[in-house]
Amino acid sequence: MKIAITSSGDTLESEVDQRFGRAAGFTVYDTETGEFHRVDNDQNLNAAQGAGIQAAETVSRLGADFVITGHCGPKAFRTLKAAGIKVITGAQGTVGHVIGEFKAGRLKTSDFSDVEGHWA
Amino acid sequence: MIISVASGKGGTGKTTLAVNLAFSIPIPSISLGTVRLLDCDVEEPNCHIFLKPDIQWTESVGIPVPSIDESKCTGCGECGRICQYHAIVSLKTKALVFPELCHGCGGCAKVCPTGAIREVKTEIGIIEGGVRDQVKFIQGRMKIGQAMSPPLIRAVKQCAAADDATDATDADSLTIIDCPPGTSCPVVTAIRGSDYVLLVTEPTPFGLHDLTLAVETVRQLKIPFGVVINRADSGNSQVMDYCSREGIPVLMQIPDDRRIAEVYSAGQIVTDVFPQLREGFEKLYKDIMHKSQNPESRSQKSE
Repeated sequence: MKIAITSSGDTLESEVDQRFGRAAGFTVYDTETGEFHRVDNDQNLNAAQGAGIQAAETVSRLGADFVITGHCGPKAFRTLKAAGIKVITGAQGTVGHVIGEFKAGRLKTSDFSDVEGHWA
Repeated sequence: MIISVASGKGGTGKTTLAVNLAFSIPIPSISLGTVRLLDCDVEEPNCHIFLKPDIQWTESVGIPVPSIDESKCTGCGECGRICQYHAIVSLKTKALVFPELCHGCGGCAKVCPTGAIREVKTEIGIIEGGVRDQVKFIQGRMKIGQAMSPPLIRAVKQCAAADDATDATDADSLTIIDCPPGTSCPVVTAIRGSDYVLLVTEPTPFGLHDLTLAVETVRQLKIPFGVVINRADSGNSQVMDYCSREGIPVLMQIPDDRRIAEVYSAGQIVTDVFPQLREGFEKLYKDIMHKSQNPESRSQKSE
C-alpha cells in the first residue's frame, strides 16, 4: 500500500511537515516495494482558500491509502475521508522515522481533524 | 453618476462622508432627479444608524449552490476542474460540495455531462430599501455566518440600477456607494463601474499605509479618484505630501472637531446639526462633477 507523508524535503532525513494543506510537498512511500518519490505542493502554498481540499485531491490521485502528517484541517479531513484515505495526525520527526513507526504499527489513525481551517 | 466612497483603513469616515454628501446635495437647484445612497458594507451596514430610514421592502438574496445526485455522478471530474474555489471536488464516483467556499458562479452545473448537479438557492443575506427625506436608500445585510459578500453587494447595486432604469424623470441621478473598508474582493465589487471614487483617509501612518494600497487598487480599476482627509488637523503631513507627489487631488479636509465626533456618537447626521457644513459637501460634489467631465485632470500616474 501507499502512504503519503507531508515532508519539507526530498529525502528520508527530511522533517515531517506539520501542515497538510500547505505542506511543502508529499513523500509517497510504497510499503511493498520500499520505493518512494516526492511530489511538490507549490500550488497550494499561497492558495487563498481550499488548500486542504486540493492537497487531499492530490494525494488521492497519487493512490495513497494513508496520509501521515502533523495537523489536518476539517475540509481536508472530510475530503480524505470521502476518498477512503485514512489520516494519521500528530506525526513528528523525520520521514524515515515515521515510516518505521508506521510499519511497526505504533501510529494511530485519527477520527477527526485536529485543527480549525484558516479561512471560512 | 455613481460616486463610491472607499478608504483602505477602516474607521476613517466613509459612512460620515457618504451620508453627509447624500444629504447636502440641493437637488432642485442642480436639476438632479434622484439621490441614492447604497450601503454596500454588507457585513456591517451602518448608514441606517444615521438615516433612520423608512424601510419599505425587504428581499432575500441567495446564490446557487450545487447539490449532487449521486446516482447520476460518474466521477468524471469536470466539476472539480472548472471550480476556481475548490468548493466542489470529484473523488472517484463521489462529488463533495463545500457550500461555504462556493461563489455561486454556476459553472459546475453547466459542465456536468450527466445532469447530476442541481442548483439550490442558498440565502446569503437580505437587501432592503426605503427613503429618508430626499434620499432613496438601499442596504445589504449579510446573514450571520456567511463569508461571501460580493454576490450580495452585486445584488444591492443591481437593484439600484434597475430602479434607475425605470425612473420616470429624464433628470440625472446621483448614486453614492458606502463601500466596505480595505482593498479586497468586496471593495472591488462595490467600486467597480463607478464614475468616481473618493478615498477617505486620516493623516496618520496607518492611514497613509492603507491609502497607498487603496490607490493601487483604484488605479488598477482605472476609475478617476480623489482623496478626502478626515480629522485633517491631527497627525502629520505625510498624507498631504504623498498626494502631492502622486498628483492626487485632495478634495476636502474635515477638521478634527470634537463636536463632529459627539454628533456622530449620538447617531446624528453632522449636516443636520450644523447646516453650515453643507456648503463644503456641496462644493465637493461640484468638484467631482467637474473632474469627471475633464479627463485630463484624472489622477493617474502614467504606466
